[in-house]
Amino acid sequence: MTYIAKPILHHPSLTRNEVGYTRRDYEGRISTLCAGCGHDSISAAIVQACWEMNIEPHRVAKMSGIGCSSKTPDYFLGASHGFNTVHGRMPSVLTGANLANRELLYLGVSGDGDSASIGLGQFANAMRRSVRMAYIVENNGVYGLTKGQFSATADQGSKSKKGVVNNDSPIDLVGIALQLGATYVARSFSGDKAQLVPLIKGAIDHGGAAFIDVISPCVTFNNHQGSTKSYDYVREHNETVNRIDFIKQHSEITVAYQPGEVTEIEQHDGSILRLRKLTNDYDPTNRYSALSYVNEHQAQGEVVTGLLYIDPDATDLHTALNTCDQPLNSLALDKLCPGSDILSKINMSFR
Amino acid sequence: MSRQRLAERFGPYIMKSISAINDFVIKFANVNGSGSASANELFAKAILRMGVPVSPRNIFPSNIQGLPTWYEARVCEKGYIGRRGGVDMMVAMNPQTWDADISEIEPGGFLFYDSTRPIPESKFRDDVHTIGVPLTEISNSAYQDPRQRQLFKNIIYVGALAVLLDVDSAVFEKLFSEQYKGKEKLLDSNIKAFNLGADYVKTYLKAPLSIRVQKSNQVGDQIFTDGNSAIALGCVYGGATVAAWYPITPSSSVPEAFEKYCRKYRVDPKTGLDRFAIVQAEDELASIGIVIGAGWNGARAFTATSGPGISLMTEFIGLAYFAEIPVVIIDVQRGGPSTGMPTRTQQSDILACAYASHGDTKHILLFPEDPYECFEHAACSFDLAERLQTPIFLMTDLDIGMNQRLSKPFAWDESRSYDRGKVMTAEELEAGKDFGRYKDVDGDGIPWRTLPGTHPTKGSFFTRGTSRDAYARYSERGQDYTYNMDRLVKKFSTAAEMVPQPVLRLANQSTRYGVMYFGSTSPAMQEALDVLEQSKIALDAMRLRAFPFSKAVNDFILQHDYVFIIEQNRDAQMHTLIISELSINPNQLIKILHYDGTPITARFIVSAIQNQLEKISVLSDQKHQELV
Repeated sequence: MTYIAKPILHHPSLTRNEVGYTRRDYEGRISTLCAGCGHDSISAAIVQACWEMNIEPHRVAKMSGIGCSSKTPDYFLGASHGFNTVHGRMPSVLTGANLANRELLYLGVSGDGDSASIGLGQFANAMRRSVRMAYIVENNGVYGLTKGQFSATADQGSKSKKGVVNNDSPIDLVGIALQLGATYVARSFSGDKAQLVPLIKGAIDHGGAAFIDVISPCVTFNNHQGSTKSYDYVREHNETVNRIDFIKQHSEITVAYQPGEVTEIEQHDGSILRLRKLTNDYDPTNRYSALSYVNEHQAQGEVVTGLLYIDPDATDLHTALNTCDQPLNSLALDKLCPGSDILSKINMSFR
Repeated sequence: MSRQRLAERFGPYIMKSISAINDFVIKFANVNGSGSASANELFAKAILRMGVPVSPRNIFPSNIQGLPTWYEARVCEKGYIGRRGGVDMMVAMNPQTWDADISEIEPGGFLFYDSTRPIPESKFRDDVHTIGVPLTEISNSAYQDPRQRQLFKNIIYVGALAVLLDVDSAVFEKLFSEQYKGKEKLLDSNIKAFNLGADYVKTYLKAPLSIRVQKSNQVGDQIFTDGNSAIALGCVYGGATVAAWYPITPSSSVPEAFEKYCRKYRVDPKTGLDRFAIVQAEDELASIGIVIGAGWNGARAFTATSGPGISLMTEFIGLAYFAEIPVVIIDVQRGGPSTGMPTRTQQSDILACAYASHGDTKHILLFPEDPYECFEHAACSFDLAERLQTPIFLMTDLDIGMNQRLSKPFAWDESRSYDRGKVMTAEELEAGKDFGRYKDVDGDGIPWRTLPGTHPTKGSFFTRGTSRDAYARYSERGQDYTYNMDRLVKKFSTAAEMVPQPVLRLANQSTRYGVMYFGSTSPAMQEALDVLEQSKIALDAMRLRAFPFSKAVNDFILQHDYVFIIEQNRDAQMHTLIISELSINPNQLIKILHYDGTPITARFIVSAIQNQLEKISVLSDQKHQELV
């Protein structure tokens, strides 16, 4: 299927961004997912975010695990290197890639089966370790490629397409990320691109581990009555705590907001997240109140979306490990090998 | 029966004495966690400084404190450093294992013990010499602190042994002064303890014994270290920058030593920043995942583990094989299966590594014999991994990894450079060079790769564990799949001539018999070959150093009627590998297997080969008679 090539001729009037690319340059191969799949909307949001941020596509490494969601990196950023790893193990491969070259941007794409079931351990440890990456889980509560079995994020009591009721309590990746020290935690909905694109941008520019849980309905196996991951259910129960605008540098606030409703958060690299509060009692800079807010509202059947937590001064694994600025993969022998004189001294110490 | 009663019945008993200069085995029976390890090591090092080869082995439990542990040191002027078998002198410091320890002593040998508390006469043997030193009493009267009493008791027995075995006390003083440089207080108290033991022997006992040490010059410029440290150093010299690991015996000291050396030699002196990254991961799956990610992105990366870790890593290893990613895996083997014998040695992961992962896979294995080769193979494994774009397994075991042994000093040729393999550059892509990630353009089965971030529009590809065509596009077409799988086989045969080649030792006369061995069996085998030669048994020997096998291995087997394959596992894994990979008659191969978890000995090899040779000659006699 992926032999089908997209036309490479671009319309000359396509707008180019500051680094000279059109939106088309951020696309990949034609998607092989079902028509209407939420994952394709997320891919489109990634394309838009990267184009708007003036990221050169080849400076991104896109990593994934196994499953429908993990196939999507083939469908965006065609000029980036991608790595479709093994099931549930994308975080470790991304960690290693990141250690080898700290200058690239790392985009991890995973699913609920990939990150909450088989890969829960790796998800948790990558968050703990604050690997700098934008980690997006395309969460639909089912295994699509194997035809509709529940995943670990399926809500208790939700019904499969065949009518089976899920008895197990769900794993909430947002809660886990908050608890384990992720420094940028968001939830969004594939059907709300206006909310999702700035969240992705904020995640890409974040200094540590950024996690976005995107509810992304499976049109084929989990979009029916009784599902809590359907388009209809999420639209009805979406409890959005805030809206953000992502701004690369300080600029004038052009839209007139009511005073007190807008907060600006500056990330380590100077980019600004302009936050419009939709809920008065929500503070996204407090990890613990965020966690309890999300838990309380979840218990009421609501899907809390928005930028749920941010530590704008977050640092990453490289800072913790004290690694040099030059990417480790580019260090040459003279920087790595202590040489024969030192080896003679080492030999002496073994006598 | 007591000695007295024996004398009444059979007349005066004349005990024989083992008499040997620079050729004996001394074994220390201790309690784990009592601080004996460093005292015992000090003792071994002193003998080395006398110019006499010594080979110690730690025999320890999977435990931190309380269980029995032994340190067996073989002193051997001739330089044999394999385990000999048998004990000439037992330093019995552990009441828990007293009976078993005493029974191990060779007749005419020596028993050294702490005579502070009386031990019933029935607990001794009539045919060994007993040497009692009241160690606890000496220590308790000199020290107040309980921990000091325990630690210095060890140094006291070292002092006593030094006099008994005639080891120069000046050597110890020098060793102490090196070890406690700048810590004068510790230096003085150690020398004091040493002298307490030495003085007791000089005052109350007859010394030296009939087994003893004499100055010699058989050590030369050899170094004395453990394989795990040697590998760690090889990784530093070989340019490894990323290491990920999960603690497991007996491999943990590889990444720990790597970190120690990196802190010393890999910190940018100007910025204070590190030119390495080490992650202790959450498990072996994440360890190998991190290493694969780093290898994919162009860094030299390794993990170190043991059998259980290999089992966990196998899915990822299949990915690295199929997606062709350079990875170095150090497997310090221990007794399997399952948790097995975590602190005992075996060569039993050979098949698990050679064919790790589902589907058709084959991997490159290296078998270093000693610290020198551990260093050398570790350094060159990164060249091999990047040249061949595949996992390289460095197969050592607990015996090489955790025991200090004598070997040639490490060597590094300043003209050496790193082979980064076939990596297409931005310039080459810009110039329009065709790039097909899985295309065999050079006829050696090795494709070209690009590193992420190389070029804005050219050379990107999608790495995956699924089948793909030569241009890395997803494909389930049969011919795309077989092209790739056949190319991988071709790459593997290219590897056969690139890996360290086998080492031959020919008999001094022509012979129908050959023997093959590898890894930690080496020192015991060298000795066994000498012994067999003295009994007029001629064997050509080949030491395997890598898998895939080069043509030389096949030829060697064909040139002999029978080839013994010596290995340290139950199922003759190397034997299986040879049969499945080479076109030879399995009846030519004779298995010699040692798998009780202790290092193989020359005595074992010699007797096993002699037994097999007798069987062969009986068989050929029968055949001969049938023919007549």
